[in-house]
Amino acid sequence: MSDLAQYTPYHPRWYRRRMPVLWWLKDRAYVKFVLRELTSVFVAFFALTSLWQLRALAQGPDAYARFVARLKAPIFLAVDIVALGFVLFHTITWFNLTPTAMVVRVRGKRVPDMIVAGSNYVVWVLVSAAVAWILTRGVK
Amino acid sequence: MTGRFTPFMWFVFSVGGTIAAFLFPVHLFLNGLAFPLGWLDAPSYEALRALVQHPVTRLYLFVMISLPLFHWAHRFRYTLYDVLQLYHLGLLIAILCYGAALGGSAGAAYTLCNLG
Repeated sequence: MSDLAQYTPYHPRWYRRRMPVLWWLKDRAYVKFVLRELTSVFVAFFALTSLWQLRALAQGPDAYARFVARLKAPIFLAVDIVALGFVLFHTITWFNLTPTAMVVRVRGKRVPDMIVAGSNYVVWVLVSAAVAWILTRGVK
Repeated sequence: MTGRFTPFMWFVFSVGGTIAAFLFPVHLFLNGLAFPLGWLDAPSYEALRALVQHPVTRLYLFVMISLPLFHWAHRFRYTLYDVLQLYHLGLLIAILCYGAALGGSAGAAYTLCNLG
């Protein structure tokens, strides 16, 4: 049986009912799903901003000063506030999903979801404090 | 898009998502708001150059840029698929998304080598 079950490229045309593009506005859970998926756009935005910063750093003090000045423009501040909101949404949804994605057992007993998710938040605070410390110490 | 490629991209997606979840909020808060608005003193050009001189910093920055870009590529690919239902453009979308992430990673590697 199993060696007969295989895909062929000659399947009939898919029957797919088209949904309106804004199908996800009908339900709050769908809106949350789409917003969660869209966090990736802001993740990419910040990764590219970091790359832009590194390029300016490589080009010299003048280019870096221009980069720093550019980040003070209201448009960038506004985009960064929105991006921070989406990135935090990504962090929270990601951490809260870990117990679902990963079942941790200690001596055969499942570790409660609260502890699996909570440990992420503890590590997050420690990592963030370390990064902030490294970037703000000896700034002169 | 079958075989081993898609399962591997799901793995990269989750590693990149974890890196972004832990590191992006603090970096975005500092670089995007706290430093430009003067809430905290921003590191000087010389201080950042010295920091980036260290190979561990450069490896950190490469991982911090590259893997979240692949996280975006994989997630955005499915966002376009689910929300806009562009089924017939599936292969093109996948190539453009992963290609953009690859390009960004190559740019990061090149820039970080120049900073050494």
